[in-house]
Amino acid sequence: MMTEQERRATPLLSLRGIVKRFGSFTANDDISLDIHEGEAHALIGENGAGKSTLVKIIYGLLEPTEGEILFRGKPMRLNGPQEARAQGVGMVFQHFSLFDNLTVAENIALVLPTDTPLSALRGRILEVSERYRMPLDPDREVWSLSAGERQRIEIARCLLQDPRLIILDEPTSVLTPQEAEALFDTLARLKAEGRALLYISHKLEEVRRLCETATILRLGRKVGGCDPRQESSRSLAALMVGAAINDIKTPSTRAFGGERLTLDSLSLPSREIHGVDLDGVSLRLRGGEVFGIAGVAGNGQSELFEAVSGERLADANETIRIDGAAVGARDITARRALGAAFVPEERNGHAAAGDFSLTENLILSRHSGDGLTSRGLINFEKARTLAQQVIKTFDVRKAGPDPAARTLSGGNLQKFVVGREILSEPKILVINQPTWGVDAAAAATIRQALVDLAARGASVLLISQDLDELFEICDRIAVMHEGRLSQPCDARAVTREEIGLLMTGDGSGGGAHAH
Amino acid sequence: MRIDLEPRATRPLALEIGAPILALAGAILIGGLVVFLLGKSPALAFEVYFINPLLEGWSLQELAVKACPLVMIAVGLSFCYRANLWNIGAEGQFIMGGLLGGWLAIATHDEAFQELIGGWWILPTMLVLGAVGGAIYALVPALLRVWLGASEILTSLMLVYVAELGLDWLVRGPLKDPNGFNFPQSVVFDDIARLPFLAEGERLHAGVPLALLVALLGAFVLARTIFGFEVRLAGEAPRAARFAGFDDSRLTLTVFAISGALAGLAGICEVAGQIGQLTPKISPGYGFTAIIVAFLGRLSPIGILVAALVLALTYIGGEAAQVELSLNNDMTRAFQGVLLMCVLIADTATRYRIRLTFGAAR
Repeated sequence: MMTEQERRATPLLSLRGIVKRFGSFTANDDISLDIHEGEAHALIGENGAGKSTLVKIIYGLLEPTEGEILFRGKPMRLNGPQEARAQGVGMVFQHFSLFDNLTVAENIALVLPTDTPLSALRGRILEVSERYRMPLDPDREVWSLSAGERQRIEIARCLLQDPRLIILDEPTSVLTPQEAEALFDTLARLKAEGRALLYISHKLEEVRRLCETATILRLGRKVGGCDPRQESSRSLAALMVGAAINDIKTPSTRAFGGERLTLDSLSLPSREIHGVDLDGVSLRLRGGEVFGIAGVAGNGQSELFEAVSGERLADANETIRIDGAAVGARDITARRALGAAFVPEERNGHAAAGDFSLTENLILSRHSGDGLTSRGLINFEKARTLAQQVIKTFDVRKAGPDPAARTLSGGNLQKFVVGREILSEPKILVINQPTWGVDAAAAATIRQALVDLAARGASVLLISQDLDELFEICDRIAVMHEGRLSQPCDARAVTREEIGLLMTGDGSGGGAHAH
Repeated sequence: MRIDLEPRATRPLALEIGAPILALAGAILIGGLVVFLLGKSPALAFEVYFINPLLEGWSLQELAVKACPLVMIAVGLSFCYRANLWNIGAEGQFIMGGLLGGWLAIATHDEAFQELIGGWWILPTMLVLGAVGGAIYALVPALLRVWLGASEILTSLMLVYVAELGLDWLVRGPLKDPNGFNFPQSVVFDDIARLPFLAEGERLHAGVPLALLVALLGAFVLARTIFGFEVRLAGEAPRAARFAGFDDSRLTLTVFAISGALAGLAGICEVAGQIGQLTPKISPGYGFTAIIVAFLGRLSPIGILVAALVLALTYIGGEAAQVELSLNNDMTRAFQGVLLMCVLIADTATRYRIRLTFGAAR
C-alpha cells in the first residue's frame, strides 16, 4: 500500500511515450506527460496537432500503437470508454450528444447503469447542481436549453460517475463570457476537491487563468511543457504555432461609403422543429465597414445567413437590398451577380464538396461569373487558373496539383473557400464563423484578408461566436439573440461585458428579451 | 459484435477498377454453385454462358443488339443516380416510349396516306415520340416528389406495372391487328417505320450506333457542362448545390425527364428495330437490368458501355443454357440479381473500410 506521501508524489495519470499511427500517418509521436491530483493541465496546440487523438487514447476510444498509460502508477489498458469511466476518467465533449426531446434527467439516465431509478437520479442531479453551482432543472426538455445549460448536463453526467480526472474539450467555445465565468467557478470547485482536469483549448487567456501546467503539441509531437501562468498569451501562441503570429493591421483612418447591404425588418419563420425564427432583423451596412454579429450558437445566425445569401428566399422582396436593389425574392446567383459573395459556416458539404477537386470547388460558387461558363460549357482551363490563383494568394497547402477538397486540413480548406470569394472582389461579403476550427496562422490570414477587403471599399458582414475575433476586426458589433438583432454598438466603445449581457438577452435598449 | 464502416481517406485507382471485376467474379462463383446444386456442370455452364456467345459472328452481333437498349437506359439512369434520385421505373418508361412511337407506325400503316405526304418523316417522328413518351411517364414520379414529397422509388416502380398492363390491354384491344387472327399483337410495321439494318441480312440495326452516340454524349455532358456539374454536385453535397445556386426541384424534373427520354428512346428502338410490331411483352426486363448496368459501369457512361455488354451476355448465354443445358430461363434473372448485390457490396468496400469490433462498445 502506498503512503499518503507516495500517493501525492505519484501522478494521477502518466503517459509514457505514446505513439499513435494511422497507416503511414503519425498522429501522436512519443508523447509523455504527467497530471497530478488537484491539478489543471492544459493541452494546447493547433487543429491537427494531435490533441483529440491523445485524449481519445486517454478516454479509451483509441488504442495507442506504442507507449504506456499509468493511472496512479499502475499500467492501465482500456477497452473502450466505459472502462475509462470505471477507472475514474470522465470526459466532457465539445459537441454535445444530447437528445433534444428528452429531459435533462432522461438524458443523464441514458449513460448510467440501467437499474438507476429516475426518481433517485433527480435528487442526485440537484445535489451535483447545488454543490458545484450549476443551475440545472432535471425536468426541462433539452431543446429549450441554452448551450451553457446543455454543457452543464454533460458535466453533471460526467460528475455523477465521480471521476478523478475530467477531460474538457474546448468547453467555452459555445458559451457567453458570463457562462464561461460560471464554468470556471465550477472547475475551481472540482480542482479544490482534488480532481484533476485535462483542459483542451486554443483560448490561451483561459489556459493562463485556469491551468498550472501545460503540454504544447505541434504536428503530433510534444514541443514543450510550461507553466502557463508564467507565460504571456503571445509566447504561448508562438510555442503553439512555432513562429510568431502577425498582428492584424487595420488602417488607422476609415472612410465609410454609401449603404451597400440593407436589411429592413427581415422576419422569417424557421423550417426546423426547434429552429429559431428571424424576428424583425434590421441593419445598414456601409461600404468599407466590417460589421460583426455576435451571439451564442443557435440564436438564428445560420437562419440569417440563409436569408441574406438567398439560399432561402425572404417573403418580401424589399426586406433585403444590395446597393439599393431589392433582392429579397431573388436567388443566390442573382445576388452574386450584384456583387455579393458568401462564405457559409460549414466547410465540408456546404462551402465545398469534399470529393470534388479544388478547381471544381472554385466553379461551385463562381460558375455564373468570370466567364467560367459559356453556352452551358465549363471553361476548365480558366477555372484551373483561378483556382491556382486562390491557392497561391492565400498560401493553401495541399498535396498534388489539384487534390480533392477533403484531403486539405481545415485551415487550408477554409483559406481556399474564403480566398475563392475574396478574389472575385465582391462589393459585399457575408461570412459565417470564418475561423472556426482553423489554426492560428490561417485565422490571422483570413482576418487580415477581411480587413483588407473592407479597406478596398467593400462591406463585410461577419457572423462569429468568437468575441476576440469580433473585437479585433469589426467597426460595429450587434448581437443576435433568439432571432432578434440588437442595436449596433461601436466596437471601440463597447465592452465585452456589455456584449455578453446582450448575448444572454439581458441587454437594455437592445430590443432583445429573454422569454 | 459490431460492424463499423469507416470512410476511406483515399480510394486507390486499382480498387476502383478492380471492384466491379471482383464483383463479377463473385457473382459467377455463386452462380456456379447454384448450377452445381441443380445437378449440372458449372464448368459447362460457364462455357455456355460466357464463352460460346463470344465465338460466333452472329452472336456477337446479337450481343450488340441486346446491349443497345441497356446502354441507352443506363446512361439516363446514371444521371438520376448521380444526383441521388432513384428512378426504378425505367422499364415502364421503356414501354411507354415503345408504345407512343409504335402508335405512329400503326396509325400511318396506310399506303394511300403515305403516298399523299411521303413517309420519310415517320421514323424520325417515331423516335421523337418514343423519347417524349418516356420523358412524360418519368415526369409523373418526379412531379409527385417535387409537389408532395412522395418517394420516387415507390412511385416510379409501381408505374411500371401500370405501363405493362396498359400495353397488354392496347395490343389486345385498340391496337390489335384486325387481320391478325386475334393474336394479341399489332400490325407489322412498314419498312419505312423500321430502323434500318447496318448491312443486308445482318442483325445490327441503326439503334446500335445511336446507343454509342448516347453514351459519348452522356459522358461529355457529365464531365464538361455546367449541367453535368450540377448533377454531380447535387448527389455529392446537396447543401453545396443549393449554395452554388442550383434549384433542386428543377434538377429533379430535368434528370427524370432525361432518364425517361432515353428509356423511351430505347423502347422505340427495340420496337422499330428488333421486334417490328407491338406485342404484349416488348422487353425482357431491360429497364431493371439497366439498373445493374448503371452500377456495374460505376455510373459512368463509358463504364456503362462495357457493363451493358456483360449483362447482354447473360441474356444470350441464358437463352443458350436453356436450350443446351435445359436450365430454367429464370436463372438469368437470378444471376443478374446476384450480380447487383455483389456490385453493391464491392462498391461499399471501396468506399469504406469494414471493421469488426468485438466486445461491448458504447
